[in-house]
Amino acid sequence: MALPENLLYSKEHEWLRIEGEHGVIGITDYAQNSLGDIVYVELPKVGKQISQFGGIGVVESVKAVSDLFTPVSGEVVEVNAALEGDPAAVNRDPYGEGWFLKVKLKDSNETKSLLSASAYEKITQE
Amino acid sequence: MNEPAARRTALYDDHRKHGARMVEFGGFDMPVQYAGILKEHDAVRRRAGLFDLSHMGQFRIEGPQVAAWADALTTNAVATMKPMQARYNIFCNERGGAHDDTIFYRLPEDRWLLVVNASNASKMWSLLHERPASGVRLKNRHGEDALIAMQGPASVAMLQPHVDVDLASMKYYFCVEEEVEGAPALIARTGYTGEDGFEIFVDGAFASNIWNALLKAHAHEGLEPCGLGARDVLRLEAGMPLYGHELTEEITPVQGGQSWAVKLTKPAFTGREALAAQLERDDDPRIVGLTMAGRAPAREGYAVFAGERRVGEIRSGSFAPSVGGGTNIATALVEREAATVGTALAVEIRGTRHDASVVALPFYKRS
Repeated sequence: MALPENLLYSKEHEWLRIEGEHGVIGITDYAQNSLGDIVYVELPKVGKQISQFGGIGVVESVKAVSDLFTPVSGEVVEVNAALEGDPAAVNRDPYGEGWFLKVKLKDSNETKSLLSASAYEKITQE
Repeated sequence: MNEPAARRTALYDDHRKHGARMVEFGGFDMPVQYAGILKEHDAVRRRAGLFDLSHMGQFRIEGPQVAAWADALTTNAVATMKPMQARYNIFCNERGGAHDDTIFYRLPEDRWLLVVNASNASKMWSLLHERPASGVRLKNRHGEDALIAMQGPASVAMLQPHVDVDLASMKYYFCVEEEVEGAPALIARTGYTGEDGFEIFVDGAFASNIWNALLKAHAHEGLEPCGLGARDVLRLEAGMPLYGHELTEEITPVQGGQSWAVKLTKPAFTGREALAAQLERDDDPRIVGLTMAGRAPAREGYAVFAGERRVGEIRSGSFAPSVGGGTNIATALVEREAATVGTALAVEIRGTRHDASVVALPFYKRS
């Protein structure tokens, strides 16, 4: 299971990559593998204000609907429009072309409540 | 009180060994997926897939009066079945709702096999005992006998080396009693995927040997072990009902689209009057097929609208790789006026209406 060291993780299986004042969000390799073949992703619209650990959309596999949560608060500045036509990118490349959205961070202190790769790995092994 | 632990089929260790993801279904720990639902689905449509269906209830029935007894309890004709024929059949309640949908297999010497849904096996076993008849003996093999299905266009070619009977000459919905890998078995040309294929009924003691022999011989030709996840997508595409969804104690076979299996020519059977009245009225809600215009899948329980009026709800829904190059499909129970093919409806998904249209079933038919 891939678990890049340069990312932060949430207990809800999202990852966050800090890029200056922005954060890029996706779901982990563990999450995509647990969900199975992903056929639909519903994301918030650009401009929407989202709050840390709040529900922001859904990820659907062939069999199931799962809620998507955000690891940080902020304003949505970009969503990965390619997922609409190719949701399987989340399965293929969860940390790369399978990214979900980019937010303008509201509070950099929020990252303190996120997990390192090794701390997240422990959760997935429980 | 704790839930009783899920039972294990004879193939449980094989599933675990080969990395299946297990879920509880119908009281058994069953594989929901192996390599992935879409990959398994593709194998069944293009080559073949192997399924463990040992959770299904298997009742052996014997005696000279079985056909007459069963004809009084079911909607389809039993007595007219030829030896070694299989036939889909439904047990209904007095209101016409379905207790279960099943398959009868007529074997030699007044022997029969009745296969019922796993989730209904206890209910059906009790029900059959409530209606005892002289000349009918029942034996419950649920969990004792295994069921392995090979489904897909390559099924004849892949199964043939393991049996002595000429599989290509077997007719659809007929069966033979023959050995598979040296074990006595019933081989039926039946299935639940919309593809050609076979179902092998065998004592659980021989199941692992057969399962592994088939995979070992044909995995390199693309035979994939499959889970219940792929099976559900395959059956939905093929327009086949799943008990608890398109048929229930409330949803009758007339509503569910199984009127072809309701034989009003039989003088009497449980539910006959209610079903005859429904057919005559032709105004009860119906199960219809829907294709979704957008990419959001419709799921069980979602509301269905015609204009501003709620006309029903989704009963099954999935992404369907074999329909229109990959489309979301669903079944819905809707008011009769909304059930005509071509009707434009909408499905409410998380507060937003999504366009859908009523289409003829099945969604997928093999070429």
